[in-house]
Amino acid sequence: MTAVDVTAIAKSYGKVEVLSDITTHFPEGSFTSLLGPSGSGKTTLLRIIAGFVIPDTGRVTIGERDVTRVPVWARNIGMVFQSYALFPHMSVADNVAFGLAQRGVKGEPARREVQRALDMVHLGGFGTRKPKQLSGGQQQRVALARAIVTRPSVLLLDEPLSALDRRLRQEMQVELLRIQRESGLTTIFVTHDQEEALTLSDKVAILDRGRIVQIGAPTEVYERPRTRFAAEFLGDTNFFTGTVADGRVSLRNGMRIATASPLPANGAPVTLAVRPEKITVATRDAAPEDGLTNRVEGAIIASLYSGTALTYEVDAAGQRFKIFAQNRDARPLARGDEVTLSWSPDHTVPIEDAP
Amino acid sequence: MPADAASRTPPTPDRALGAVPSAGLRLPSWLVTLTMLLPTYAWLTLAILLPLGAMLSFSFMTATPLGKKEVAFTFKHYRAFIDQPYLIGVAWTSLLIGLWTTFLCAVVGFFTALALARATAGRLRETLLILVILPFWTNGLVRVFSWTMVIREGGFLDLLARSVWPDAPSLGFLYSLPAIILGLVHGYLPYMVLTCYIALVTIDDSILEAAESLGARKWTVLWRIIVPMAAPGLISGSVLIFVPVIGAFMEPRILGGPRGVTLGTVIEEQFTQAFNWPLGAALSFTILALVLGIFATFSGVLRRSSSL
Repeated sequence: MTAVDVTAIAKSYGKVEVLSDITTHFPEGSFTSLLGPSGSGKTTLLRIIAGFVIPDTGRVTIGERDVTRVPVWARNIGMVFQSYALFPHMSVADNVAFGLAQRGVKGEPARREVQRALDMVHLGGFGTRKPKQLSGGQQQRVALARAIVTRPSVLLLDEPLSALDRRLRQEMQVELLRIQRESGLTTIFVTHDQEEALTLSDKVAILDRGRIVQIGAPTEVYERPRTRFAAEFLGDTNFFTGTVADGRVSLRNGMRIATASPLPANGAPVTLAVRPEKITVATRDAAPEDGLTNRVEGAIIASLYSGTALTYEVDAAGQRFKIFAQNRDARPLARGDEVTLSWSPDHTVPIEDAP
Repeated sequence: MPADAASRTPPTPDRALGAVPSAGLRLPSWLVTLTMLLPTYAWLTLAILLPLGAMLSFSFMTATPLGKKEVAFTFKHYRAFIDQPYLIGVAWTSLLIGLWTTFLCAVVGFFTALALARATAGRLRETLLILVILPFWTNGLVRVFSWTMVIREGGFLDLLARSVWPDAPSLGFLYSLPAIILGLVHGYLPYMVLTCYIALVTIDDSILEAAESLGARKWTVLWRIIVPMAAPGLISGSVLIFVPVIGAFMEPRILGGPRGVTLGTVIEEQFTQAFNWPLGAALSFTILALVLGIFATFSGVLRRSSSL
């Protein structure tokens, strides 16, 4: 169990800057997701920590040890790949024993460790099989057992669940979380699946074009996105752009929106973000709910039914709103219905970067 | 979110099943199979089984059936190794040449293929691969004779050496076993490069990275992962090389000179000079039995690696 630190990491391929000035701390025993679209540099950052890519500048430390120039095999890492990367010519048990053999653990002690690791991923009876005799989910569990059996300083996961179907992926998420908690390994997880990142992580780092734009607990990055990119990449968001006027934000169409967050001085331009599920939509005659002091009137222009939830699009004096509502009402609202939208200033977050 | 989108799409009807034509000419499948196999088997019968059968019958005759001598049935040619003990030495030489050539081709070919598959990409890889296959496209005789120019005493090799050190002793080694092996390796190397290359390009980079992440150094990755995974290529390349090399006669004759007496040249002499076809045929079948015997011994290894 060790903390991992990257300091001022930069990497370019030719003229293309893949990572620029990345500094972050992965606390001991934590589960951190690197989340971003393809090309954001998240995989490169993971491969730099693993040692497959040498950064142009900056430092990687695992525990107290500066490993920036240490070759991969000497870093004591465990890594799981999207393509499983099992050794096809070895049995499941030999696959798991491979890392132990490199550390000089052989014979009966190795056999015991292998069995313990396979039991941990519920594949205790599969040791003699060849990888290709296993399903995708089973193969990925073998890969996980192989990565953790050596008690690595850090567990690196490169989109390990992306090749699995949806149901299996959800099962594996639960498994992965349990194994990570049991082993207490500092874990760094690369994914482009925002839901997966929110479900699994203690901390989510959102990467955009080679920079970490925001890092924090899942609730923090979701509820209080700092940039437009973070807000849009992690779920849907309604944006309002206006200027500060007497502690509120006044939009061009005359709406005045309150936020619980501190605002800049009067006259400054500002963009606010509100998550679609935070907005309550009600017919005009409904009684207002407490605390939802931001209120605007509008009309439904589109209504999408998807079983458990409804997605509405509302036009309010030229401002478009996207709203997610639980499917609770006797009759879903329909196109043309006159509605009142209300939401709390607590859920109205100023975005730092300019529109 | 792609997963959500996928789960929302209604199930589409299976088009592959619907595309099967319901009407049309339907032949019984055994007839189709037979029709497709017939040309191949007809050709095999004509080109291999008939000549081979003729040779097999020759090998039991006392004399070549085209001459005026009386022809009778005999086993005596199969006792050649006992009656003419020098043949054992010849067979040993052939075996040695076969093993050395196969071994050198395996070592050189494997690492060439490894470099091609792992260290190069795109156009460069294609160009290098074509350069490797080039010996295939040159006439064998030209290829072998060009080596005599290089390795004879006072040849290009000596010229090169003496341009660096004028008093260098001759490095020429024409008319020796190494010369024969050199010529054979040159001619048969492409087989090994190609079979190994095909085996090596299928190895996923992440498998090698996984081994490295588990603590394996480059040499361990090579011996524990790359070589075992490329074994089918190494084995099929070795079979492709060893079999013809055992019976090769051109390279031993031209590059071996007086030292170049191999089973291949002995057999060739029986047919072209001694006019003793029965002995030539019997020796050919002895080699065939020898080679099959060797493969039978190692068939376990072959099966294990092909089941990979």
